[in-house]
Amino acid sequence: MEGQPTAESGAVRSLPSEMAACPDAERRRRLAGAALDIRRSIVTMIDAARAGHIGGDLSVTDILATLFFGVLRVDPAFPTHPDRDRLILSKGHCSAALYSTLALRGFIPREQLLTFMQPLSALNGHPNRRKVPGVEANTGPLGHGLPIGVGSAIAARLSGRNWRTFVVLGDGELQEGSNWEAAMAAGHRCLDSLTAVIDRNRLQQGARTEQTNRLDPLPDKWTAFGWEAVEIDGHDPLALYDAFTRPRIGKPRCVIANTIKGKGVSFIEDRVEWHHKVPSVDQVRHALAELV
Amino acid sequence: MADSVPGRPGFDCRQRFAETLIALARSDARIVAVCNDSVGSSNLAGFQKEFPDRMVNVGIAEQNMVGVAAGLANGGFIPFVCAASPFLTGRALEQIKSDVAYSFYPVVLCGMSPGMAYGELGPTHHSIEDLSWLRAISGLSIVVPADPAQTEAAVRWAAGADMPCFLRIGRFKVPSVTANEADAFMFGRADLLRQGSDVTIIGTGVMVSRALEAAEVLADAGIAARVLNISTIKPIDEAAIIAAARETGGIVTVEEGMVEGGLGAAVASVVVRHAPVPMRILGVPGFAPTGETGFLLDYFGLNRDGIVAAARALKG
Repeated sequence: MEGQPTAESGAVRSLPSEMAACPDAERRRRLAGAALDIRRSIVTMIDAARAGHIGGDLSVTDILATLFFGVLRVDPAFPTHPDRDRLILSKGHCSAALYSTLALRGFIPREQLLTFMQPLSALNGHPNRRKVPGVEANTGPLGHGLPIGVGSAIAARLSGRNWRTFVVLGDGELQEGSNWEAAMAAGHRCLDSLTAVIDRNRLQQGARTEQTNRLDPLPDKWTAFGWEAVEIDGHDPLALYDAFTRPRIGKPRCVIANTIKGKGVSFIEDRVEWHHKVPSVDQVRHALAELV
Repeated sequence: MADSVPGRPGFDCRQRFAETLIALARSDARIVAVCNDSVGSSNLAGFQKEFPDRMVNVGIAEQNMVGVAAGLANGGFIPFVCAASPFLTGRALEQIKSDVAYSFYPVVLCGMSPGMAYGELGPTHHSIEDLSWLRAISGLSIVVPADPAQTEAAVRWAAGADMPCFLRIGRFKVPSVTANEADAFMFGRADLLRQGSDVTIIGTGVMVSRALEAAEVLADAGIAARVLNISTIKPIDEAAIIAAARETGGIVTVEEGMVEGGLGAAVASVVVRHAPVPMRILGVPGFAPTGETGFLLDYFGLNRDGIVAAARALKG
């Protein structure tokens, strides 16, 4: 049985304590640096695989970078540590962003990234927790992450442990009803170790979210379900860091991270056609030239 | 035994299920129950009274229920998800596939009141599809206890199995079919309840006792029917099926579920690969008309006489 706390587990070795002591400028420099590395890795992976979800990968990057390099108490040397913080990527199609982050954080070798979606690679188009250390759930179908996160937060409370649970969701994904079942349960139970992070890039696969099935006013929806809603710039590492670490008020927290799909590459930014379009060789060169 | 209800024959397996779960929870703090407003229908009032914190009732929200169970398993718990089988399996099928089976979390999915247990409530509340749906999901073991002793043993097994599984827990009252309580259930093992060499009747769950009744009638007519109780639908006991095919030359399967994809299909897939013999697959052919459970089982020939007729037809 994995995950049961034992006396021998010890505390999770982690970066965040060090990050907490950083002055703001240094913290921003480190988190932004990690995000830049991740973006370059995403473009390189998708180029090699000739497949992937580049738009969402680039919009969620700062969220994942801030979590893994500034917030999460996780240990790449002991990825199943029972007291680790849990990060569930509900928008599992953005696996290139997750794999890149896990590689930079030391969970998997960087060389492995170039096997992304190759035959028999551990790096499937959607993450598999049994093949990739650091992955908590096999996501991909939308609307699955938040219920699992609610279960994780209930487990922490029941076992008297202090791990925190972060679920990263797409905004289009919120059209799945299962999210609102989970939101209702988390609000009812005042699960204040749970944070949902919405990658609010306002685009879904086929069109703008507001043209497809309106999500606004999004903070009001979460507040009505008993959550604390926080709306920030999802590309500002300090704003993300603050939203993830500020004191809790006895409720689950929803961080609505306003982002730009394709962030960092001018010709991909905020364009619906780049949901899972693959850049040409020329475009890859231009993208990497912009990501410096 | 405490399971019997005065004035009505047989046992409701939910009672032994609940007693066993409580007993296990007393000695293992990792065991939690997860339900969808089904504390009463899953017979969990006693569990809730004794372990209020470990009774996670998410309300009427089956998709969330199964996802929450996966999250609890991620956090080191052993969740028993208890909900009416039609809603657990139908509404949350993708969560069962992705969050539990593919993620391989040790969640015990307990489909309560399966088959046509909800009788006159009709096909929306029947769970005749559950075995067909779940058999197609890789990594998920499927167990259908036939009586209270098997129910208890299966629950104890599931708590320690450390893998995803589905238990189909009957509500329709059944007589005891287990001769030896101490050896009532072994995961993956078909139980030979009656030796015979002319034909084999393979039953599961509610239908096992009826298979035994049919064998009695057939014996009177000079037909020696072997009776197998297959309580582990997946992985199925291939050796017992192959032996039955080779040694008796014909197999009747009988289940309280759709004829497509359930026990009969599982047995047939073994038979055609290893020992082709004639078969009859008894089950529910489609959405049921109005009627209480006993009536519906008779209506579809899922009783002693129906099994006898199928066995005779096979031998004729």
